[in-house]
Amino acid sequence: MLNTFSSKALQGNGILGKKVEFVTGDTQTKSDVARASAQSMIQKDGVIMVNGGSSSGVAIAVQGLCQEAGIIFMAGLTHSNDTTGKDKKANGFRHFFNGYMSGAALGPVLEAEYGSDRNAYHLTADYTWGWTQQESMQASTEAIGWQTAQNVLTPVGAGDFSSYIAPVLNSGADTLILNHYGGDMVNSLTQAVQFGLKDKQVNGKDFKIIVPLYSELMAAGAGSNIEGVFGSMNWNWQLSDAGTAAFVKSFGEKYGFPPSGSAHTCYVQTLLYADACERAGTFNPCGVVEALEGFKFDGMGNGPTEYRAEDHQCFKDVLVMKGKENPANQFDTLEIVEVTPRAQVEYAPDHPMFAGGDLGECNPGA
Amino acid sequence: MDAIFIQILNGLDKGSAYALIALGLTLIFGTLGVVNFAHGALFMIGAFCAVTMQRILGLSSTIIDDTQKDFLGNPLKVEVPYVQSWFGPEMGAAIQDWSVPLSILLVVPVMLFVGYAMERGLIKHFYKRPHADQILVTFGLAIVIGEIIKAFYGANPIQTPMPSAFVGTIDIGPVAYPTWRLVYFLFSMVIIAAVFAFLQFTTFGMVVRAGMADRETVGMLGINIDRRFTIMFGIAAAVAGLAGAMYTPILSPHYNIGMDFLVLSFVVVVVGGMGSLPGAVLAGFLLGILQSFASMNEVKAIIPGIDQIIIYLVAIIILLVRPRGLMGRKGVMEE
Repeated sequence: MLNTFSSKALQGNGILGKKVEFVTGDTQTKSDVARASAQSMIQKDGVIMVNGGSSSGVAIAVQGLCQEAGIIFMAGLTHSNDTTGKDKKANGFRHFFNGYMSGAALGPVLEAEYGSDRNAYHLTADYTWGWTQQESMQASTEAIGWQTAQNVLTPVGAGDFSSYIAPVLNSGADTLILNHYGGDMVNSLTQAVQFGLKDKQVNGKDFKIIVPLYSELMAAGAGSNIEGVFGSMNWNWQLSDAGTAAFVKSFGEKYGFPPSGSAHTCYVQTLLYADACERAGTFNPCGVVEALEGFKFDGMGNGPTEYRAEDHQCFKDVLVMKGKENPANQFDTLEIVEVTPRAQVEYAPDHPMFAGGDLGECNPGA
Repeated sequence: MDAIFIQILNGLDKGSAYALIALGLTLIFGTLGVVNFAHGALFMIGAFCAVTMQRILGLSSTIIDDTQKDFLGNPLKVEVPYVQSWFGPEMGAAIQDWSVPLSILLVVPVMLFVGYAMERGLIKHFYKRPHADQILVTFGLAIVIGEIIKAFYGANPIQTPMPSAFVGTIDIGPVAYPTWRLVYFLFSMVIIAAVFAFLQFTTFGMVVRAGMADRETVGMLGINIDRRFTIMFGIAAAVAGLAGAMYTPILSPHYNIGMDFLVLSFVVVVVGGMGSLPGAVLAGFLLGILQSFASMNEVKAIIPGIDQIIIYLVAIIILLVRPRGLMGRKGVMEE
């Protein structure tokens, strides 16, 4: 991807002549564990950038820590509006898309597929990501004329969602929106299908299930249950641009399977950080922040992209996906329905769903 | 009315899992006096026996298909499962389809061995130690087992589908209910009945019951009660393993699945009465149903968050009002 990246500052010989070394930690997708792990990396290992995480709770916790410590945080998989909304920080940057963008991309596709007369029931993970994802989906579906039957918060890691799914049967809703991710999504979708929701008819309409945020691992975990189910992604290995092809080739040859969206965003974030250091000519976090703010680039798999200065959120195209009806092999789980253009998913920095936060000042650290 | 009926079914289904785990816990506590915090791990090992069976039946030879390409553009490697080569594509696929029920054949011997090895290798050294020591060592063991499973199978939930014959719903009165959940409930009934019958109608069971009531007197009769209790540990492990294996189509197994059930199952044991087998079963179903009702939107509208605390609220009330639990022996937990 170095060769397809529009910036040519990196020469493939380290960063500013320095060899890159790294340490890793397991966040267990728990905010406290992630924060302790990042704290140890900063204090004991002397890291100057933290990258990764696969939960918005984790991202917000680690981002706050990095801001206090004067470290750059290049977020991994975090999809809550809050990460670059009310909890945004000057030292934190997000390449991944967010809940608002998922809603904005999915809305028109859902209208085209299912019409404008639907009644949606939300099951929502009870934490920052779930809340903002649900708010975004409710806004986008109500904008196309759908009604919201109910929003039920479910505990993270509930395992058995049967008690929450059963009330859907008699709610009068004809659509179930599962604002769940990871293992919860695998379980809730599987159990919803077991309860016969995909075969059900309500008010003369086929019952539909929607999963706003997809990942390859979730798709594999849910198996055939995802067939025909709409969702969205930040990036997918099936895209045909040169950046994607280069990344899929190098990743696939090393690991034997296509890269996930999480792998992609973390790799891109690392490259962007390295590139920013080169362009800034310094590892000083404030120099890096300055180099990243408003930076426009291409060739990383998402088309033309911009790191908006006002909130440190990347703006680019978003993918609307659907569970593949007849998968040809184990990797053929999802299909790209639409590449939604950036203009359709963009919002003002002071949009109400992102209000309440302040980037603050860059912290250069010790 | 339909909503209430379906929540009763949900409760019975959840209660089945709680009851099976609590039954094993109670067997171990009643016979050996050990508070086994690794019991959830036994449930998890059973679940991964189902995953293992799925993988064994999925073992395949690889052929290169030049007419198709993989994601890198290379000729596609097509996996042909051995069972399909040996038994023909249709029969082979049917065998693979039934991997979860077939995993019972793997679960029983594996869990009997695991239970035996656990008791002889570790637990027996803690019989005369305080309950706090037992809890610490078994909890530690559960973490070790979980990490071993994570190292071999990864951290992600693994899809373990039910046989296609049980996919979909079945009409029960006014509602349609997932067929496999009903199968699970019936399966748990059979296991519970088998355990009770074994204890009630066999000489072995009679000796074990006598040992549970008065271990020293039974020992004085020249009966090796320790050996029988070791076997009971193995049986308790097998019950937990069977519960775990058959639960995999409902909840995709992951390395931490046992912990999700462990705390709830201990509450079930306490509510049912420490050492009481019928109490464990009764409390399992009772708490399963209560938890399901507490998850109803109408109930949560009155008391928000009640679905998360109902089981613990009941446990607190029981411990205050009737410390020995619903069916516990007089004196137990009452000193």
